[in-house]
Amino acid sequence: METVHLKINNIPVEVPQGYTILQAAKQANIEIPTLCYLKDINCIGACRVCMVEAKNRRGLLAACVYPAEEGLEVFTNTPAVIKSRKTTIELLLSNHKKKCLSCLRNNNCELQKLALEYGVDEDRFQSEEPIYEIDDLSPYIVRDNNKCINCMRCVAACKNVQSISVIGAIRRGFDAHVGSAFDKSLDNAPCVGCGQCVVSCPVGALTEKPQEDKVWDAIADPTKKVLFFTAPSIKATLGEAFDMPIGTNVEGKMAAAIKRLGENVSAFNMDFTADLTIIEEANELVERIKNGGTLPMFTSCCPGWVKFVEHYYPEMLPHLSTCKSPQAMFGAVLKGYYCQKNNIDPKDVFVVSVIPCTAKKFEATRPQLRSDENYDDVDVALTTRELARMIKRAGIDFTNLPEEDFDAPFNKATGGGAIFGATGGVLEAALRTAARILDGDFKKVDFEEVRGPEEVRVATYEVAGVTVKVAVTSGLGNARKLVEKVKSGEADYQMIEVMACPGGCINGGGQPTRSDSVSNYVDYKALRSKALYDYDKNAEFRVCDDSPVIKMIYDEFFEAPGKEKAHHYLHTSYTARDKYYK
Amino acid sequence: MTLEELNNIKKEYEELVMVRKVVKEEGEKLAANTGYRKQVLVCGGTGCTSSGSKKVLAALDEALKENGIENEIHVVRTGCFGLCSLGPIMIVYPEGSFYSQATPEGVKRIVKEHLKEGNVVKELLYKETVKDDGTIISLSETNFYKKQLRIALRNCGVIDPEDINEYIATDGYQALAKALTTMTPDEVIQEVLDSGLRGRGGGGFPTGRKWMFAKASKGDIKYVCCNADEGDPGAFMDRSILEGDPQCIIEAMAIAGYAIGAQRGFVYVRAEYPIAVNRLSIALEQAREKGFLGENILGTGFNFDIEIRLGAGAFVCGEETALMTSIEGNRGEPRPRPPFPAVKGLFGKPTVLNNVETYANIAQIILKGSKWYSSMGTETSKGTKVFALGGKITNVGLVEIPMGTTLREIIEEIGGGIPNGKKFKAAQTGGPSGGCIPAEHIDTPIDYDSLLAIGSMMGSGGMIILDEDSCMVDIAKFYLEFTVDESCGKCTPCRVGTRRLLQYLDKITQGKGEPEDLEKIEELAQHMQKSSLCALGQTAPNPILSTMKFFRQEYVDHIYNKTCAAGVCKSLIKYEIIADKCKGCTLCARNCPANAITGKVREPHVIDTDKCIKCGVCMSNCKFGAIRTV
Amino acid sequence: MADKSLPEFKGTPEQEKKLLEVIEQNKDLPGALLPVLHEAQEIYGYLPIEVQQKVADGLNVSLSEVYGVATFYSRFSLTPKGKHKISVCLGTACYVKGADKVLAEVEKKLGIKSGECTSDGLFSIDSCRCVGACGLAPVMMIDEEVYGKLTPAEVDKILDKYIAEEGGSN
Repeated sequence: METVHLKINNIPVEVPQGYTILQAAKQANIEIPTLCYLKDINCIGACRVCMVEAKNRRGLLAACVYPAEEGLEVFTNTPAVIKSRKTTIELLLSNHKKKCLSCLRNNNCELQKLALEYGVDEDRFQSEEPIYEIDDLSPYIVRDNNKCINCMRCVAACKNVQSISVIGAIRRGFDAHVGSAFDKSLDNAPCVGCGQCVVSCPVGALTEKPQEDKVWDAIADPTKKVLFFTAPSIKATLGEAFDMPIGTNVEGKMAAAIKRLGENVSAFNMDFTADLTIIEEANELVERIKNGGTLPMFTSCCPGWVKFVEHYYPEMLPHLSTCKSPQAMFGAVLKGYYCQKNNIDPKDVFVVSVIPCTAKKFEATRPQLRSDENYDDVDVALTTRELARMIKRAGIDFTNLPEEDFDAPFNKATGGGAIFGATGGVLEAALRTAARILDGDFKKVDFEEVRGPEEVRVATYEVAGVTVKVAVTSGLGNARKLVEKVKSGEADYQMIEVMACPGGCINGGGQPTRSDSVSNYVDYKALRSKALYDYDKNAEFRVCDDSPVIKMIYDEFFEAPGKEKAHHYLHTSYTARDKYYK
Repeated sequence: MTLEELNNIKKEYEELVMVRKVVKEEGEKLAANTGYRKQVLVCGGTGCTSSGSKKVLAALDEALKENGIENEIHVVRTGCFGLCSLGPIMIVYPEGSFYSQATPEGVKRIVKEHLKEGNVVKELLYKETVKDDGTIISLSETNFYKKQLRIALRNCGVIDPEDINEYIATDGYQALAKALTTMTPDEVIQEVLDSGLRGRGGGGFPTGRKWMFAKASKGDIKYVCCNADEGDPGAFMDRSILEGDPQCIIEAMAIAGYAIGAQRGFVYVRAEYPIAVNRLSIALEQAREKGFLGENILGTGFNFDIEIRLGAGAFVCGEETALMTSIEGNRGEPRPRPPFPAVKGLFGKPTVLNNVETYANIAQIILKGSKWYSSMGTETSKGTKVFALGGKITNVGLVEIPMGTTLREIIEEIGGGIPNGKKFKAAQTGGPSGGCIPAEHIDTPIDYDSLLAIGSMMGSGGMIILDEDSCMVDIAKFYLEFTVDESCGKCTPCRVGTRRLLQYLDKITQGKGEPEDLEKIEELAQHMQKSSLCALGQTAPNPILSTMKFFRQEYVDHIYNKTCAAGVCKSLIKYEIIADKCKGCTLCARNCPANAITGKVREPHVIDTDKCIKCGVCMSNCKFGAIRTV
Repeated sequence: MADKSLPEFKGTPEQEKKLLEVIEQNKDLPGALLPVLHEAQEIYGYLPIEVQQKVADGLNVSLSEVYGVATFYSRFSLTPKGKHKISVCLGTACYVKGADKVLAEVEKKLGIKSGECTSDGLFSIDSCRCVGACGLAPVMMIDEEVYGKLTPAEVDKILDKYIAEEGGSN
């Protein structure tokens, strides 16, 4: 590899050709602040806080885009540099709604952090009055353009990563702002709700729609039983909200914390319905293969992906597995089986899912998912961030909590369910079960071919004379490419797993906001995934069918996969949607 | 098309065009060979079209037929002559009689008396061409043209821009032929390098070096682009060249394509220039027909073609990377450099981008050599520069002068001075990126470096003359409003900074300025210069900084004394009735919409300044000049 | 946050046919969006959402990108224009010669502001940056016609002519 030699603050550095000054500085352990830069997603040199000085170069250079050149002498901390960064931050603040105290990103905001570091005067320039209407009509995301700093990271995530471009830059100059076409609300746009814009936002302009208050109200209501369940990936990420290292598995503390939220609160393990999904889905796959059903079958547990197909590929809806997602299955199990068994009126239970995802908030409102038309199966879907805020407000010392089990009867699950949270996990879990359906003596458990960070992973397996060809992808941009290949007949897989968020749920739009120092320099997706695969490796049960809870629920309630009751509670249908509207 | 065919066309049309270029007697001889007794050139540029040249042309046709001489007189609709304020312009050859502000009625007389009977209609001639003793001088001897040197504009107002043969007659496509058949691409680039030609769009980067870099970039596909998105308000030389001599741009782009190894070209032109777009389209078609575009040009195996793309009203698209993003079909936002377009430009391919006026020099450089070109101009700025002279100046129009001509020569000699006996205050060059040159620098030679040294810039060549009635704070505000409107909004210093600068100026012109504002403006201005993404933001503060440098007292007056000496800033002026002049006619009081004027009939009236809304109705109605602003 | 109400779309089948032809001709052109929007505006007079959707469909770009481009360039309009489009030049040369007074007079005369259209749909006013007729400053354009060396009184006369032609309304 060709390298270049340069000096940064008089420190000699050798870096590969093609590195930027920012990357070279990092290698020399020198930090340069950034706002618009987001590794692999947005690199446009727009915000101008990463300015540095260089010998024999006119003006200042934007480190995030300026290439490290042979012999370049860069200075990152001169008075001119500091002054420029400070002024830029002050200019941004003059056009920023400075309601920091009540902002969901308070103490977790890149702009706030830089403002403090550079000792700015937030009133140096005459400020603007907020002029943008807040968009809080969708059930999942709130957009407040008055806090937007035009870094365009959300736009890049929506376009470059997700290939959707529901939001984009509108108008120009000082009037330039982010929004959807004709400045419509996200609620009336073909947004899939993935929330990648939210986790890309350095400030509080994009947040989940907070719903903790509804949950607090339910907890305060003595007539209600509040039933929480937490998605597979939450155990691998919640710790970050309490400053624990990325990739710490906090399952035990999480269960303990939820139970401490109120006397009427139960904490269940959603890995159980992940297992349940696999049982239904693996059977559906075998069924489709054997009976010439529509193939390939796409997984349907990701609500962002499902809505993506509904808006952009309605003709592909028959390819989606009819299985409900684990969240929806759990809602149905609780309001169906659990209420019947314990003789409770479903109106007296309040079902709270904790999910890594903003799209699940939308999913919870889908009318097709009601197993009884009079109520939603899931009352509130909380993101990881909202659960963390509830734990903090409840005064629970999370880091020092003892590890506890989930509540019975939904306390036990398998490693197969746990890896749902990482890209490839659903398919791997399904393969474990499907292989066993086809061949009772099948022993392979680790399908490593479908794990990893590659855009698309494919594998072919021979089981009991049947060839199963599978593919996995995550990120809707990658998914789009794969769908196009399926449509053109270029791809002939039987089963394809798609997760809307790159890396799967561990990188969901509802996960703890990571600082730029993490996003840009740490492979957090790998660390979070590793926590799940480690969990799987050490799990008591690894194949979903082995879960005692699964055995119990089929014995007591659903009889067998695909049977009428299972179909009523565990399967769903989809709606073709408009390409331009809701 | 072969070289021979090219030369045949040249021979065939040469005399017809030469009639318009040589002195009278010789022209008469030539005319005899052309089959036409006389030629009438009517300007069909945007300026003259606006003042009615279409009607003049129609009247001309009609009158020629009426007089039965339509076969003896050759009528040519040309591009811009440069003297736009005198339009519609009409000129008769071989005698070179220059008729200005022509009307259909006047044309009838000219046809009958001059074209038919041979007597020049003196009273319709441009007055500068008629001496006090009644002798007529040629246009080139007038003050307006005397000091000009026309290279980029050499064919404007001389040839029919919709006839490629006339272009060929004036050495058109000889340079391309020379380059393709006798020069290597490197030699072409060396010639351009040696000529010292620098980019005429504003930046002044050596053209040859741009070409050299693009040639050095690896790649099968390369592009040649022409920047005709002339956005600088007050500049219209690019438009005039496209309207008057579109073939010279096509030829130059083909030469550039040969030099760097490109086969495709794009002209990005303002949609606001319909005549230019139309003439360019016609020119492209004719060039293709004749084989100067397309495959195997002049039998040399060189392939090249050009496509027009229309701008859509965004000043920032004059910036090279923004122009390319716009051609690619996006919001015209600039991209960070490096990579430079010569390495990674349009559609990610190595690209050369020059502006119209730059290209207009290329063919002449190739044909006449770099020595010839570099003999003109100053040490660091070679050749000529076209300026669009406007504002408070007698001869408004397009002028081309050798680099190094002083501002004084332009204003006092070519421009004919300031009208209405007013005093020269400043010349604004470089538009929203430039600055104001005050009277004390009127002897500054005009070139890239001298202008930069005094805080202005060449820009694309707008030159607006300001007299004592202009308030310099207001002028700075005018340009800031422009950049606020035209900022793309991508980078912070420009998006928010321009707006904040404008807020300061608003404050000051409203009489709310505070002493510390000046320092704050300077600080912010320097920040924008250093940290903005593209030249638009980096140069946006120039109009303020230069006016603050040369006219600081005006800022001080606005801030400390709350006065505007030029009487422009409404909040700072008061209307006052001069008691001695007021006859008490009551007209002002009756017309005042705010009932701010009182007084008895036939007695001096008084304005209540608290009630006055400063609309100025009283002043425009007063028949006795009794109302003034203070 | 309610969606803004948009004027009713009155496109004809002929217009749609033309638009689809334009899209078909250009869809493989690199950077087709701008040329297609120019033509679309030529056909419809402005770029309503219905038209932008067709463009987005035909060129396979997202509607928000089409909208982003349409709102970036000042020549593209999202609202219908008047039968007569008045454009007052506010370029430098015109400005120093009193273009602001010309604009004020046009606005006063028609009772609308720059960027608006009269209620009878006959006139709309816009300001523009330099039409390149600086020699005639201050100037305005009505449709394709350029009027130069204007004074407020002159403006009045010119507009009266158009108003009379339209049957004396306004």
